[in-house]
Amino acid sequence: MSHTTPESLQELAKEQWSSLETQLSECPLTAKQRMAIPQQEMPAQDPAARRTNMDEVTYGYFEEQARVEAERCLQCKNAPCIAGCPVAIDIPRFIRKISEADYSGALAVISETSLLPSICGRVCPQEVQCQEPCTVGKAKKDPFLSVSIGRLERFVADHGGRSVPQVKPETGKKVAIIGSGPAAITAAADIRREGHGVTVFEAFHKPGGVLVYGIPEFRLPKGIVEEELNTLQQMGVEVRTNFLVGRTRTLKDLLEKDGYNAIFIGSGAGLPRFMEIEGENLVGVFAANEYLTRSNLMKAYDRERADTPITRPRKVAVLGGGNVAMDAARTAVRLNAEEVNVIYRRTRTEMPARAEEVDHAEEEGVVFHFLRNPARILGDENGQVRAIEVLKYELGEPDDSGRRRPVAIPGSEYEIEVDTVIVSIGNDSNPLLTTTTPELEVNKRGNIVADESGKTSMDRVWAGGDIVLGAATVILAMGQGRKAAAAINEALLS
Amino acid sequence: MHTILKREQLSEQVFRIRVVAPLIAEARQAGQFVLVQVDTEFGERIPLTIADADAEQGWITLIFQAVGGTTMRLAALQEGDAVPAILGPLGTPTHVEQLGHVVCVCGGIGAAPMYPIAQAMKAAGNRVTIILGARNHDLIILQEEMRSLADDLILVTDDGSAGRKALVTEPLKELCQAPSPPDLVVAIGPPIMMKFAVETTRPFAVRTVVSLNTIMVDGTGMCGGCRVTVGGQTRFVCMDGPEFDGHQVDFENMMKRLQSYKTQEDAARHTCKIGRNP
Ligand SMILES: Cc1cc2nc3c(=O)[nH]c(=O)nc-3n(C[C@H](O)[C@H](O)[C@H](O)COP(=O)(O)OP(=O)(O)OC[C@H]3O[C@@H](n4cnc5c(N)ncnc54)[C@H](O)[C@@H]3O)c2cc1C
Ligand SMILES: Cc1cc2nc3c(=O)[nH]c(=O)nc-3n(C[C@H](O)[C@H](O)[C@H](O)COP(=O)(O)OP(=O)(O)OC[C@H]3O[C@@H](n4cnc5c(N)ncnc54)[C@H](O)[C@@H]3O)c2cc1C
Ligand code: SF4
Ligand code: SF4
Ligand code: FES
Repeated sequence: MSHTTPESLQELAKEQWSSLETQLSECPLTAKQRMAIPQQEMPAQDPAARRTNMDEVTYGYFEEQARVEAERCLQCKNAPCIAGCPVAIDIPRFIRKISEADYSGALAVISETSLLPSICGRVCPQEVQCQEPCTVGKAKKDPFLSVSIGRLERFVADHGGRSVPQVKPETGKKVAIIGSGPAAITAAADIRREGHGVTVFEAFHKPGGVLVYGIPEFRLPKGIVEEELNTLQQMGVEVRTNFLVGRTRTLKDLLEKDGYNAIFIGSGAGLPRFMEIEGENLVGVFAANEYLTRSNLMKAYDRERADTPITRPRKVAVLGGGNVAMDAARTAVRLNAEEVNVIYRRTRTEMPARAEEVDHAEEEGVVFHFLRNPARILGDENGQVRAIEVLKYELGEPDDSGRRRPVAIPGSEYEIEVDTVIVSIGNDSNPLLTTTTPELEVNKRGNIVADESGKTSMDRVWAGGDIVLGAATVILAMGQGRKAAAAINEALLS
Repeated sequence: MHTILKREQLSEQVFRIRVVAPLIAEARQAGQFVLVQVDTEFGERIPLTIADADAEQGWITLIFQAVGGTTMRLAALQEGDAVPAILGPLGTPTHVEQLGHVVCVCGGIGAAPMYPIAQAMKAAGNRVTIILGARNHDLIILQEEMRSLADDLILVTDDGSAGRKALVTEPLKELCQAPSPPDLVVAIGPPIMMKFAVETTRPFAVRTVVSLNTIMVDGTGMCGGCRVTVGGQTRFVCMDGPEFDGHQVDFENMMKRLQSYKTQEDAARHTCKIGRNP
């Protein structure tokens, strides 16, 4: 993959835009003409340079690029893209505003349904959401050639200006929000807007949930999340960090002793899964959560200043194929690992990670081993990892999820020499809150059972995000936060 | 604000601070701990046991040994200063019941986490014997507190500079050999001491609880960094522990994992000493 410098992308876009502008001033473009406009590539840091820094990899569209990309949208009457967005953003309408160079207008359109466009524009798996059904991609038979809705959304969020939402007069009611990830941030804002008092309780010393402890700086700058939280505070939301609901105070205490009228639980899916193979507790084996938390939240990558240590691996095996695995692998690259291997039991097509992250990882030199699954982790005499034994797989019949099931090839095992293994096969629901609150009904997987509006089995308690869905996405968490907030606002009226 | 109300130095390296933390003081039970952070930007979060608490006055007591970056910076804070971040109470509380005779084996700083457990065992109507051990006289902490609490106190030092010259396992073995062996042993101290305590009681089949001090990050079960192997299964110390059935714990593995960051911590402690203390 060749890297085009941001400067040349801008140059190119400038030319494309000036010719488009003349065309547009003459007569509206036909669909065919629009389909011929080249898709704008995302400007990004040079792969070699970014291996050694934590700065954001992509820069976001230049204005000219956004203008050109916006003209690729056919403004379809039926707008199939909208159905692909979990919160149904009116995509053609916000893109039209970009065409009119009205970026704050575009942001206003997005804000009708989404509260976190600067985040979702960056981390949504667009190729399987809004961009999947896009007419342009369909016509070109390649969803990757769809209108770059996510990039445009990010452009708008970064250029549309910021404002602090209006807060209605105080109602005297108050709501406790557990957690401070996307579900919680959204619920807090929507409830506060109605004039209710809102307190956010977060176990960590910094709010933001996975957005700050999991997703690395190079993919989602912490400053962006901080801004969202500042906005909340400017609206009068109180954020209490270092507060573990279930331990520092129970849910019941909050309702009965502290006078909260309602509770929203957005506590996420923070329980790392392990492979349950031999050698998993050797020195040098980490859950991705630990590795990423050390690096991101505890800033261990900043060796000069941070107290929290992180091992500087030489050869790494990352187990898994999702976003978490990509983040762990690329963090290891940035911590100077010589060789980072991703071991995934299916093929590239089945990888659940965002396509862009897989491309970026590959550009950064991460080595992918598809159709391989670890059999055991081998240690040396000091109990330190020395190698991982993997087994070759082939794809068999499709399973329940419709993906072809990987089947082990007996006797195919071999060793890869590594000193660090990062287990990134996903998260289950953290049981802390639910086990300390027997009134809360949970399902077999430990997720809180909630109805459409997020209402749980416990009186005055709603829930949303990963704690209900199981490890899912930012946009889904945000959507659930909104729904629950609406229900809570309604319940507080009476 | 977690203001430090009182600060004392118990021995060359050991400090006791009383800090304002009303919610934690109200909620805590014996055997629970907190995560402390002295610098919320770049600092580490370290686990310390709640050694004592007063729910009415809203404070908790922490006793810690200044061994590295964070504990040294904590030791440098004075009365009136505030500890920036304290999260808790964490962990599963000690299972306290009336069993008969409970023997509490403390090694060094292990006396700090033991104190509230011994208190609770006593309050539940048990006869409590405390074996208080340290390398030498200067490293013994909480002797007076323990003496006034215990039915019997056995003091031992490695070098005989106080009490009996012995390792904690010697009196422990004698107690196990007695006609009526202890109903429960609780052992807290350096991993190696806990390991030997467990090996001492094993042949007598005396139930032995240990409190594990693994490395932690979040303390809420999210990172898996504190995991240990207990009875062949992976358990999280911050959630399932810190107390476990000592006869089931894989101490070898735990000790190796504790060393994971040793070189880096040593380097950090070095820089810390030469100028990073506030
Ligand atoms: C490494 C990684 C990469 C990811 N990449 C993407 C991506 O690219 N795109 C995407 O869409 N999704 C991604 N995800 C998934 C996405 O981040 C989550 O789906 C989303 O953050 C869930 O939001 P949430 O609001 O439910 O909770 P979370 O973001 O999980 O936040 C929950 C918060 O609650 C706190 N908490 C938990 N229990 C308590 C308690 N008892 N008391 C107080 N506080 C508590 C936690 O400390 C945490 O801060 C990724 C996840 C990870 C781990
Ligand atoms: C549940 C629990 C309760 C604890 N209660 C107390 C207490 O009441 N008082 C007290 O003094 N200590 C207690 N500890 C141990 C304490 O957390 C560590 O001493 C502390 O993390 C050291 O931090 P540091 O930054 O000062 O030193 P570091 O620089 O992090 O470490 C200094 C040295 O100590 C070793 N070390 C690091 N972490 C630990 C650990 N968790 N246990 C043992 N050695 C470690 C390192 O390998 C290094 O050699 C407890 C630990 C746990 C898990
Ligand atoms: S929120 Fe996500 S899915 Fe919806 S339009 Fe934006 S990028 Fe697409
Ligand atoms: S489907 Fe694609 S082309 Fe049609 S309106 Fe949506 S973004 Fe535009
Ligand atoms: S400290 Fe992270 S899981 Fe226990």
